[in-house]
Amino acid sequence: MPAITHHIPDALLAAYAAGNLPQPYALVVAAHVSLCLECRAAFEAHQAVGGAVLESASAQEVSAGLKANILDLLDAPVTPAPSYRRSGVYPGPVMAALKGRPPRWKSLGLGVRQSILTAGREGSVRLLCIPAGQAVPDHSHNGLELTLVLQGSFSDETGRFGVGDVEVADQALEHTPIADAGADCICLAATDAPLRFSSLIPRLLQPLFRI
Amino acid sequence: MIDLRLKTQHADWRPSMAAQKDRSAVTSPSPQVSQQTICMLAVRDARDRVAFAALFDHFAPRLKGFIMRSGTGSGQAEEIVQDVMLTVWRKADQYDPQRAPVSAWIYQIARNRQIDVIRKERRPMPEDLGEDTEGEPDASQILAVEQEAGHLKEALARLKPDQRVIIEKAYMGELTHQEISAQTGLPLGTIKSRIRLGLERLRHELKDIR
Repeated sequence: MPAITHHIPDALLAAYAAGNLPQPYALVVAAHVSLCLECRAAFEAHQAVGGAVLESASAQEVSAGLKANILDLLDAPVTPAPSYRRSGVYPGPVMAALKGRPPRWKSLGLGVRQSILTAGREGSVRLLCIPAGQAVPDHSHNGLELTLVLQGSFSDETGRFGVGDVEVADQALEHTPIADAGADCICLAATDAPLRFSSLIPRLLQPLFRI
Repeated sequence: MIDLRLKTQHADWRPSMAAQKDRSAVTSPSPQVSQQTICMLAVRDARDRVAFAALFDHFAPRLKGFIMRSGTGSGQAEEIVQDVMLTVWRKADQYDPQRAPVSAWIYQIARNRQIDVIRKERRPMPEDLGEDTEGEPDASQILAVEQEAGHLKEALARLKPDQRVIIEKAYMGELTHQEISAQTGLPLGTIKSRIRLGLERLRHELKDIR
């Protein structure tokens, strides 16, 4: 396990344990918890609070036949949902989002590649691959952005982020992450709005300027 | 081992040989292990239907009440209860009393099912740490988990009504993370010791896996 120094804030973990975190963020939290014992322990503690809430729920009488129905169904055959395990740098939940296949990278120019996992009303989550020494294109985001490092590392105005670290950025943070020397930096990034690469897109229109 | 036979009402229960070999029973009987934990272990290790029926009697009405609190009608709530209880049976091998009280494990199954039914989404879940097959089940750890669960329940009961409503709403998935982070000073300090306890166990399990 890497020495993880940047964790998931507690309110996010609680919302995740309660199942009320938008899907793109939930994927980043699930991936981080897969890598981080401290956050796994905190997540399990939140589950325990949820269990206490369930234990204390006011009981509602169930229909007379429900128990017999369920007992009859215990031996019914079921096809278990596929479960995904870590593959390379990608933790189980990321492999699940990739449906067990390797990422399908698309170039964004300047050596930066992305593979969009999901994009919808609730936001988007993607894999980004940034060559060592390269800046992540200057981008803006409307609300919360979570970036989990899966390979290599990056640094920005707020610090250095290695494998397993997650950067939590809100719209107030103006940052320019730069992939550190060494392996290409692969990140899982979730936002509540499509990432807009404010300086990259004009450059994409001018391929001659590509380095 | 926890002497399950003293605690279960039905005397015919015996862990299967395979279960004994795999889980190499826990030692030192204790009066503190809850009936739910004993039943869940019997379901996991011996596929015990009587124990499952006892779990149903305890949890089904609570699950129904829990699910209906967030506005689901009685009929749909019972469908969810049915799915949850069937998952409890089918995935019993994933239950680990050293990591979670039964209520926490079932809570998670219930929330996953509610999200599946109501939002038509499958919540991404963390990867399992893998089977902890080497280590002997640790009775003191099981008891510590149970004790913490008891503390949490008491702490919840001691809250002022308005604080309690907030906690209930948060863990029923009715508050956003922004709303949760805006709530400060909720006196649930016991969660800190729960985290420490969990972390110790996880470190121990990880050592066994490696």
